[in-house]
Amino acid sequence: MKKFAAAAALLTAATLGTTGAEAQSRDQIRIVGSSTVFPFATAVAEEFGRTTSFKTPIVESTGSGGGLKLFCSGVGTNHPDITNASRRIKKSEVELCAKNGVAGIVEVKIGYDGIVLAASKDAAPMQLSLRDLYLALAAKVPAPGTDGGEGNLVDNPYKTWNQVNAALPNKPIVVLGPPPTSGTRDAFNELAIEGGCKTFPAMKAMKKSNKKAYKALCRGIREDGAYTEAGENDNLIVQKLQTNSEAVGIFGFSFLDQNGDVIQAFPIAKKEGGDSQAPTFEAIADGSYPISRSLFFYVKKAHVDVVPGIREYLAEFTSDKAAGDFGYLADRGLIPLPAEDRAKYEQAASALENLVLD
Amino acid sequence: MSKETTEFKPTDWQSPEMKARIKRRYRKEKSFRVMGFTAVIIAALFLVTLLGKISSDGIYGFFQTSIDLDVPFSEAVIGNPRDMDADAFEQQVMRTNMLRLINDALVKEFPEVKSRRDRRELIRMVSSGARAQLRDMLLADPSIVGTTQRVRLLASDDIDQVRKGKINPEEAEANRKVKDRELAWYNKLVEEDRISLNFHTAFLTHGDSRDPEMAGIWGATVGSALTLVVTLAIAFPIGVLAAIYLEEFAPKNRLTDLIEVNINNLAAVPSIVFGLLGLAVFLGVMHLPRSAPLVGGLTLALMTLPTIIIASRASIKAVPPSIRDAARGLGASPMQVVFHHVVPLAMPGILTGTIIGMAQALGETAPLLMIGMVAFIVDIPGGVTDAATALPVQIFLWADSPERAFVEKTSAAIMVLLFFLIMMNGLAIWLRQKFERQW
Repeated sequence: MKKFAAAAALLTAATLGTTGAEAQSRDQIRIVGSSTVFPFATAVAEEFGRTTSFKTPIVESTGSGGGLKLFCSGVGTNHPDITNASRRIKKSEVELCAKNGVAGIVEVKIGYDGIVLAASKDAAPMQLSLRDLYLALAAKVPAPGTDGGEGNLVDNPYKTWNQVNAALPNKPIVVLGPPPTSGTRDAFNELAIEGGCKTFPAMKAMKKSNKKAYKALCRGIREDGAYTEAGENDNLIVQKLQTNSEAVGIFGFSFLDQNGDVIQAFPIAKKEGGDSQAPTFEAIADGSYPISRSLFFYVKKAHVDVVPGIREYLAEFTSDKAAGDFGYLADRGLIPLPAEDRAKYEQAASALENLVLD
Repeated sequence: MSKETTEFKPTDWQSPEMKARIKRRYRKEKSFRVMGFTAVIIAALFLVTLLGKISSDGIYGFFQTSIDLDVPFSEAVIGNPRDMDADAFEQQVMRTNMLRLINDALVKEFPEVKSRRDRRELIRMVSSGARAQLRDMLLADPSIVGTTQRVRLLASDDIDQVRKGKINPEEAEANRKVKDRELAWYNKLVEEDRISLNFHTAFLTHGDSRDPEMAGIWGATVGSALTLVVTLAIAFPIGVLAAIYLEEFAPKNRLTDLIEVNINNLAAVPSIVFGLLGLAVFLGVMHLPRSAPLVGGLTLALMTLPTIIIASRASIKAVPPSIRDAARGLGASPMQVVFHHVVPLAMPGILTGTIIGMAQALGETAPLLMIGMVAFIVDIPGGVTDAATALPVQIFLWADSPERAFVEKTSAAIMVLLFFLIMMNGLAIWLRQKFERQW
């Protein structure tokens, strides 16, 4: 017993000793942030560790919001150096950063990610428009036959796809998608649901007259069971689609890329009756696929040259061999930026240009 | 003779009502047995399905496809080791782009592939880990420069999935990860007997990787071990001392009752709550490093404490009072009674409880999530303050990866975790059987 007590005391002493040392210096880059960017950031981190003399960076998957919160919590080696985000940093987050002394932030856009609507191979193919998605999934929709606007909204009455749009099959609306904590869900609400909402002129008019209500109505997803939150695990959604041919899943493009033999993606049209576009590599890259978003990472300038390797990591991530058209990130499902944009960000990253929000 | 005895009649076991009652009683007993047996069967079926699914998937995770290639270690690419000293040669090897060697080997094998783009596709059949493989070969034996060696290079995860039959070549080309051309190359390699499926020791000796064929479980295993050492060092002495004090020395009053209720309550608190506590105290106040096994161990120690205290108290209570009385009768002090007699006799029970608590801690992910141990970490941790993950966290991370080949890695990692759990629980049973005493 005495030995154990002694060991415990020793351990505590050792702990306190190393704490001081850790607070002073760190020789390993620490990265937090989006789970969507995680597969790409880890690939770069591993390649960076393999090909340079620096230690392999530690990448944590905390979600975009959680990552920015950690990132903005202060300067010093106890705080992360880089955060990944599947959306752009918000003004409020820049202010939080500034309040905690994080002044210089470098923004790097790394590419695009498409959000895919897919189902089992056995399901009948569907051609969806953003308006169809809005009508099928929003919490409140314009009463049938009306144009929407305040006073004309009802709780979503649609149970099957053909009630939404007669051209769609008579199949119940069963959609599996990410929970509200996910950046994918934010992007889906904004691009698909709001995108469909805007096609009703009365709803669009509300954006000017009552912005708050417009946001709530045009981004709210129904909670009556038609939309099921399937957790952050996209693999799980893919597996569920295979066993239930009626279900439609929402997830990132890289999972479609890996599972093209068992699931099919639905083409999406921006406008009712317009050309629908399948989520292919090319369509997402040139912006013709309507539900795609940009991926970013942010670097704390105060840590550059304090934590070794940050410059080199930036160079690796923005290099042609990683983020270029035929780079190894494209192999993993990242949709690269156009060549001139990538060159611009490569330049900005090596010069450590400060973030400018417009 | 009183009235009652004259009126009492012995039970007539042969009467029809009694016979019916007995029959009903037997029927009830029988149906209870059937129900109990069915319950066991259902539980066993679930277990068998689970283990069957995991091991049928996971067994592939221990094997990996390789491609045998004739690699020309040409002096033009690497330089001549005889012209320079060992250090210079090592630097030269580190600088060399090993992809050129792989490219040269593939060009010899597939002379018909000409364009740069097609060559890249060809090179992609070989794992990115093959570069390190060639580098290590050169460093181990510089004399191979200038010769051509047949090297067993790791194949990429896609080729590996084709070999394992997980990718169906009949599927339409557009929906397949591996295209027709790659399949043709693959088939040519198969005909030449260059493709082989081998036991993959790297899975047990490497750290994590984003390439499924390179990913290993060793980093997570070491992380788990370091975390458990910290947990044991903290939770065992504190838990046992608390149990001894509460059982043998503490007065029985309202306060100790309250403490007892709270300990029992703590044992049922969801583990994520301990994670939040760890985040607030160890990271927030004490500024210990994030993702370190030290913090993980401290957090898990908080979680395991109630289990150890409850088990220790139960086994101390089970030591008969006569032992204490006899010791006291011979003049032993209260301390001597406890540490010379009660604790050694209670030890098997205490150890069993501790091991079960540790096994629980080994399988825990939620508290580790809060303190940053859910992270991509390639390097094998060397101490309790290095960044590390743990086995269940590794399973969680792999299950969430898009690459298909990680499915089997996930199952294989679960098999490794189950192996450790079985070992620990087996040890607990063995200790109990060997040292337990009956009074």
